[in-house]
Amino acid sequence: MAHTKRPSQLFRNMAAKIAAIPMIFTTLVVFVGCTGWTVVYSFTKSKMLPKKIFETTELFSIPTPSWLSDGSLDFSYISGIATKNFVGLAQYERLWNSDRWLLSIENIAIYGICSLVFTFVFGFILAALLDQKIRFENTFRTIFLYPFALSFIVTGLVWQWILNKDHGLQQVVRDMGFENFNFNPIYDADIVMYGILIAGLWQGTGLIMCLMLAGLRGIDEDIWKAARIDGIPMWKTYIYIVIPMMKPIFATTLVLIASGIVKLYDLVVAQTSGGPGLASEVPAKYVYDLMFASQNLGQGLAASTMMLTFVIVVVIIIPSIIRAFGGKKNHV
Amino acid sequence: MNYRTTLAALAASVALPLSAFATELEVTHWWTSGGESAAVAEFAKAFEAGGDTWIDGAIAGGGGTARPIMISRIIGGEPMGATQFNTGRQAEELIEAGLMLDLTDLAEAEGWADFVNPTKLLDACTVDGRIYCVPVNIHSAQWIWMSHAAFEAAGTDVPANWDEFVAAGPALREAGIVPLAMGQQSWQTNLAFGTLAVALTSSEDWEAVNIDKDADVARSPAYTRVFEAFDTARKLSVGSDVNDWNQATNMVITGTAAAQIHGDWAQGEFQVAGQVAGVDYTCLPGLGYNEVLDTGGDAFYFPTNDDPEITAAQLRLASLMISPEVQVSFNLKKGSLPVRGDIDMSSANDCMQKGLEILASGAILPSGVQLFTEDTNNQFNDLMTAFWNDHSITVAEVQAGYADIVANAD
Repeated sequence: MAHTKRPSQLFRNMAAKIAAIPMIFTTLVVFVGCTGWTVVYSFTKSKMLPKKIFETTELFSIPTPSWLSDGSLDFSYISGIATKNFVGLAQYERLWNSDRWLLSIENIAIYGICSLVFTFVFGFILAALLDQKIRFENTFRTIFLYPFALSFIVTGLVWQWILNKDHGLQQVVRDMGFENFNFNPIYDADIVMYGILIAGLWQGTGLIMCLMLAGLRGIDEDIWKAARIDGIPMWKTYIYIVIPMMKPIFATTLVLIASGIVKLYDLVVAQTSGGPGLASEVPAKYVYDLMFASQNLGQGLAASTMMLTFVIVVVIIIPSIIRAFGGKKNHV
Repeated sequence: MNYRTTLAALAASVALPLSAFATELEVTHWWTSGGESAAVAEFAKAFEAGGDTWIDGAIAGGGGTARPIMISRIIGGEPMGATQFNTGRQAEELIEAGLMLDLTDLAEAEGWADFVNPTKLLDACTVDGRIYCVPVNIHSAQWIWMSHAAFEAAGTDVPANWDEFVAAGPALREAGIVPLAMGQQSWQTNLAFGTLAVALTSSEDWEAVNIDKDADVARSPAYTRVFEAFDTARKLSVGSDVNDWNQATNMVITGTAAAQIHGDWAQGEFQVAGQVAGVDYTCLPGLGYNEVLDTGGDAFYFPTNDDPEITAAQLRLASLMISPEVQVSFNLKKGSLPVRGDIDMSSANDCMQKGLEILASGAILPSGVQLFTEDTNNQFNDLMTAFWNDHSITVAEVQAGYADIVANAD
């Protein structure tokens, strides 16, 4: 009896569902819709303005003699019109043949790997040090976190000045008597990405440190006591007990750092504008430059679609792999 | 009561500017160096003398930074009153999309076609027989600027052509002077390459590559010579780390660098610094070989607007920019050549007189902005700046890359 009276799943809790409609609508239009639009138009030869994929006006003027005579339908004719703006994978072909794009990928890989490793290591070490119940912990935490409050543009400019070879760090050290001191990463094409990395680490490590610190504080005090009673050295406690327990925090920081890597743009613009030459170009800058400066929307969208693919891999696939592995261990 | 007065005051503050005689017109441009702002102030002065208000929308960072901002505003439905672009294809799609005011009636009433010289300038403003922009000046890129003080310090004569300049390189280095100043922005390296190409190739070869987009000529030995010279140039510029073009010009003005290959807008900087052409600095069109100039330059476009008062003000500004008096005062400050052939430029200095003579002789070329799309030009920029900064890229590699871009240019 209760079974027959039970309302359909779809209509349960109507008020909540109606309330969610704007959210669902926004998600579909703003996120999925715009992303879809980006992908679709990356197959067109859109220049400054997006070009229609199908020129409908010409599709209407169909009365062609070929249609009547051979009866093979006008399939070839329609595709002839469609290719007016539809260029298939041509934008991707150009993209992956472009030296600048390949260099951008290489640069983001260097920056990404270093940034990931160093932010993790420094963030964790700083957090572990702060966790030793030291004096002025709040002061230190604030100091480390402050750079994060700055925009990337400001960070980039500050580090551009610090690394300026005529009146920055290099000159200061030289003035102190070390005439041969050389440290000018942002003027040297081979190491310019590390110059940007320094600024990126300076800005980003504080936040990661705070997250790790929160994670460390979440570890039960009794575990430390038990380890101490068992006579386990502190470093072993960290590596074998504490770190495995902090997996959720690591997953969060991983996603934060990874998204910071993919969107690297303003730091480069402020610090080097992609120079010297093209040595510090990054994918996001390629997208912007192609879309706006070069007025080649199709090419820019193709590049941003590739970035999207990368994000899908990093943000969705990698965490799910980690989860799969983590899940196994939990069952043991 | 209090609430009402506030409301009334607010309403008045909104209504007043609209009903006032003067119309406010925001004009965007990327003229921010000393010489440039002096020149643009001439426009503003003349416009305000007519009772209107000029709202200066200068965007720092050069055309590459400014154009995307301008275009976004126009496409995004927040158009300015008037905006600068280079005379050429930069606004092509905006015009085709109907976003620019048609100036044909004004142009016909004032007879622009009769006095604009060279007449090709108007072609760059014309789409489907209608005129959409006012050319305001002619700028050419094919110049080298040389500091007399620097060559004196090195103990050599001021060179009369590119090869003499290259020969003076070691002496300049010994005197601690950077032979060639170069700003790090990519368009500047590409401009220097373009200038070398005009100076060191025959006009047939140049036209084959730039007008007919013939990649085979771009691969030929005739062009290898240009790339070799470009390779020499990058070696001569080691030690020049400035960014903006006017900083590079300033190196020449102060004598820390001996020369700069740059467009004639550099002249405005020499003028602001109080230097005299022929005494403190020398200019060589076509690097002393091929005295040909391109007819690039700037033009103003007027985005379409619903407000008839703004449209009227736009037409007033358009008419004023091309009027004889403003053409003289603006171009003298800017160091550029006027777009009218019928005005008296006798007060212009040595270098400008050289330019005027070449212009009168008809030895002119279309500029890169007129020949190639921004997409292609930016590919050239990328290639040239990569070569300039990375000395491991060989002449053969850069030439092959250049030919590929020419082959794919649209």
